[in-house]
Amino acid sequence: MPFLPHTEAERAEMLKAVGVNRIEDLFSAVPETRRYPKLNLPAPASEPEAISEMRFLAEANVQAQDTACFLGAGAYHHYIPPAVNHLLLRGEFYTAYTPYQPEISQGTLQSIFEFQTLIAALTGMEAANASHYDGATAAAEAVVLALQQSRGRRRVVLSPVLHPHYRRVIRTYLQGADIHFAGDETPETYSAFQARSRIKHLATCVDESTAVVVAPYPSFVGEVDDLAPLAEVVHTAGALLAVAVNPIALGLLKPPGEMGADIVFGEGQPLGIPLSCGGPYLGFFATRRAYLHKMSGRIAGETSDGQGRRGYVLTLAAREQHIKRERASSNICTNQALMALAATVYLSLLGKHGLRRVAELCYHRANYAADRVARLPGFQVVSRFPFFHEFVLRCPKSVAEINRNLLDHWEIIGGYDLGRDFPCLANHMLLAFTEMTPREQIDRLADALAEESL
Amino acid sequence: MTEPTVYELSAPGRSGVSLPALDVDPSTLPPSLIRKDLPLPELSEADVVRHFLRLSQMNYAVDKGFYPLGSCTMKYNPKINEDAARLPGFAFVHPLQNPESMQGCLSLMYHLQSWLGEISGLAAVSLQPAAGAHGELTGALMIRAYHLDRGERNRRRMLIPNSAHGTNPASVSMAGMEAVEVPSDRRGNIDLAELRKACDSTVAGLMLTNPNTLGLFEENVLEVADAVHNCGGLLYGDGANLNPLLGIVRPGDLGFDVMHFNLHKTFSTPHGGGGPGSGPVGVSEKLTEFLPAPVVAILDPGGEEEPPLYGFRDPQKSIGRMRAFHGNFGVLVRAAAYIRMLGAEGLRRVAETAVLNANYLRTLLKGAYAVPYDRICMHEFVAEGCWADAPGIRAVDVAKRLMDYGVHPPTVMFPLIVHDALMIEPTETESKQTLDAFAEAMKKIAAEARSDPQLLHEAPHHAPVGRLDEVRAAKQPVLTGKL
Repeated sequence: MPFLPHTEAERAEMLKAVGVNRIEDLFSAVPETRRYPKLNLPAPASEPEAISEMRFLAEANVQAQDTACFLGAGAYHHYIPPAVNHLLLRGEFYTAYTPYQPEISQGTLQSIFEFQTLIAALTGMEAANASHYDGATAAAEAVVLALQQSRGRRRVVLSPVLHPHYRRVIRTYLQGADIHFAGDETPETYSAFQARSRIKHLATCVDESTAVVVAPYPSFVGEVDDLAPLAEVVHTAGALLAVAVNPIALGLLKPPGEMGADIVFGEGQPLGIPLSCGGPYLGFFATRRAYLHKMSGRIAGETSDGQGRRGYVLTLAAREQHIKRERASSNICTNQALMALAATVYLSLLGKHGLRRVAELCYHRANYAADRVARLPGFQVVSRFPFFHEFVLRCPKSVAEINRNLLDHWEIIGGYDLGRDFPCLANHMLLAFTEMTPREQIDRLADALAEESL
Repeated sequence: MTEPTVYELSAPGRSGVSLPALDVDPSTLPPSLIRKDLPLPELSEADVVRHFLRLSQMNYAVDKGFYPLGSCTMKYNPKINEDAARLPGFAFVHPLQNPESMQGCLSLMYHLQSWLGEISGLAAVSLQPAAGAHGELTGALMIRAYHLDRGERNRRRMLIPNSAHGTNPASVSMAGMEAVEVPSDRRGNIDLAELRKACDSTVAGLMLTNPNTLGLFEENVLEVADAVHNCGGLLYGDGANLNPLLGIVRPGDLGFDVMHFNLHKTFSTPHGGGGPGSGPVGVSEKLTEFLPAPVVAILDPGGEEEPPLYGFRDPQKSIGRMRAFHGNFGVLVRAAAYIRMLGAEGLRRVAETAVLNANYLRTLLKGAYAVPYDRICMHEFVAEGCWADAPGIRAVDVAKRLMDYGVHPPTVMFPLIVHDALMIEPTETESKQTLDAFAEAMKKIAAEARSDPQLLHEAPHHAPVGRLDEVRAAKQPVLTGKL
C-alpha cells in the first residue's frame, strides 16, 4: 500500500502495545450500523497509471502556451521565470505549515515580511497582509473592513466596471448583513453602461450613509481613470475608497496610494502564478496604517530574539479567529502563503526595471492591437483611452461564433464574451495583451478577425 | 544566522529576467497617470535564487521530518501530485475558456465532486471554497439561506461546542448569525443534556467537529443529530478531522447535512507555509440547490461513441459565488490523483493507520504525560505539557525544547478546554521508528522539566533564532522593510 510505512509485523506489535486484538477494535465508538460503508470508487490506480490518466485529461484541454491567448478578464497569461517554480518546489517551503513556531519558520516568515514590503511599495500603501484567497475575496474583506471602520453606515457603492465575479462575491459575503448596494445596477443600453462606468457617475452615488466605494484600476473593461477626484468626494462624505488593482499595471501607472486610496487590493495571479484553470491564485491587500488593526488575515512583523538577532513572527494576532473567535475581524486561517512566495520571488526577479518593461509591453501592444482591429470593417474599439492592456471590441456577430472560428482555424484563444455579464454588451469582446502576445500574434489576430467582418 | 532582505541585497541596475524588446510603436499615456518611482529591488537571478534558498533552510517542513501538529494533518504528500498539478495542460488553462476547450479540467472536477460525495455520503458537492474556513462560511450561508427560503427568519443561533476550532464561531458571525457555545461533558463528548436545553425554534444548526478537537469520536453523534434535527436545525460537519473516518463511516450516514473537506489535509496537498488549501462543501439532498455557483455538471450525456459534455451550472437557489472562477483547481488535481491511487480500500487503510499511530503514541506517552481524556482516540490525542512537580514549566516550553530534538512541536494551548494542551497528531505516513524516537524525546523532555527547567525555558538552543520578542512585534509593529 503506497504512503503507509508499517510492515505486518510492526502493525501487530503496535496493536498489542495499544492493547487491542484487531484494528477494528479501535473504532468501537463509531455507531455499528454505519460502520464500514461500501464506497463506490474506481479501483486503485498505480502511480504510472494515475499519472497517465492525469496526462490524458490535461491533454484534452486547449492551453495558452500552445496558442495565441487573448483572454484576460481577471486572469492573465504572463511569463513566469523558471526560478519561481524551482524555489516553490523546495520542500522546506511547500511542505511547511503556517509558521506558528517562529524559531523554525524564519524562511516563511521573512518571505511574508518581504511580500508585505513589496506589495506596500507597489500599491503606495503603508501596510499589507500575508494574503487572501484571491482578488474577489479580498474585495469582500475590503468592504467588511470599511463597514467595521464606519460603525453604522450601511451603504456600499460598487463601480459597475469592477470585475463581475468580485461584485458577486461581495454580495455573497454580506448577504447576512443589513447592507444596501448602489452604483452597479445593470444598465439596459450600451450608452447607459458607458455613462455609469464613469468616475463622475460613481461620485454621485456617494452619500452620508456610504461606508465605502469600491473602484477598479484599471477597470474590468480595461480603462484607466485618475481616482484622485473620486477620493476627494469619498473622503468628504466620510467614507473609504477601496481600489481593485492589476499589479502589473502598477509597474507603469501611478499607485492608488498617491491618489487617496484607503485600501488597495487585487488579484496577484499575474505575479508569477500560472493560470491553472482559476486557482490557486493570490489576493493581496494593503491599507493605510490607520486601518492596520482592522485588516484581516495573517501579518508578519519584525522583532528580535534574546541575543538581539533579527527575526520575524506572526503578529497582531488578537484580531484573529483563534483568539477572538466570534468577534474576529475575519475567519481566514489557511491563506495563500505559497502563492505569496511566488509573487515575492517574481517581483524580486523582475525588480524595478523588469516590471516596468512588462507593463510597457502590455500597454503598447494593446494600443497597437486596438489600432489594427479598429480599421477592420464591422469592428469598433469602444473602450475609452487610456486603457492599460485590455480593451472592448464591438463585433459584427456573436463572440461565441468568432471565438470558435479563431480556435478552429487560427489556433487563437479569443477574447472574453462580455454579453455573459452584461446583456447590453452582446457581441462585445474583451481582449487582453501581455509580454506573451508578440506583434506577430497580434497581426494574426487581426487577419483572423478580418475574415469575420462580413 | 540572519539573512538580509531583498531590499538590502539590491544593487542599482540589476535585473533577474530577460524580456522581449518592444516590437510595436509606443503609444502615449497621459503623464499624470505615470508613476515617477517604482521602489522595487534590483537583483540578479543568482542573487534571488540564493536568497530564497537560504531562507528555505531556515524552515522546518514535512519533507525534513516529523510534524505531529494536531488538527492540521501534516501527512507526507506524494510527489506525483506535484507533477500532476504542473502538467502544462492544467497549468496553462485559462478559467474563462469555452467549456468545450477545457473538458479535461471539467471531467476531473466532475469526478472529484462525485468521489467526495461518495466518501462523505452526501448528495452533492461544490469545489469552489478556497480553504476550510471558507467552506465553513459557505456552509453557514447555505444553512441561513435554507431557513430563509422556508420562511423561518428567526433561526439565527448556531450552536458550537466549546472544543471547536476558532474559525467556527468566526464563520458564523461573518454569515450574520449568532454563535452560541455548548459545553462538553467529562468524556469529551458534547453535553447532551445542555444541547437538548439549547435546541429550540431559534436554532439554525449545530457545527460539530467529529472526531472533535480532543481526537475523540463523538459517542452520541446519532443522538446529537436527532436533537438538532428535531428542533428544525441542520447539522454542520467541520471536515478538518475527516482523515480517520475515510472508509470507516460517512458523515452523511450519521446525519450531517453539510460539511467541508480540507483537501490540503485529508487528501494530501502540502500546506505551503500556510496555504493554498481547498475547502469543497458537500450537502444532503435538501441543500443541493443552495450550493455556491457554479458546480460542474454533465450538459450532454453523449452516446456510445461520444464522451459526455461537461460544463458549469448555477444551482437554482445558490447563495452566490464564494470566489472568482472555479476554486483552487491545482489543489483539486492533487486530491483527485491521491484518491485515484488509493481507491476505497486504500482510503480505509489510511484512516486505520492514522488511528493506530495515534493510539500507539498515546500508549507510549501515558506514563510521562497526563492524558486527560484517556480512552481509545481517533487520529490525535491531547496530553498535558505541565507537571505538579515542575511548577515553572508550561506546554510551550516542552514545544520549544522539542525543536532541539529535530521535531516540529505539536499544537500547543489548544483545545482551550485542556490546561497546557499538547495536541498530537502523528498521521498515517509516519513509521514505528519515527513514533518510537518521538516518544523517547518526549520522555527525555519530561525528565529535563524536573532536572533542568532552565534548559526548557531557554529552548530552542539549536534553531536559526532563539525565542523571539512577540510582545515588541505587536506593540511596535514593523511590518515592512526599508526600501
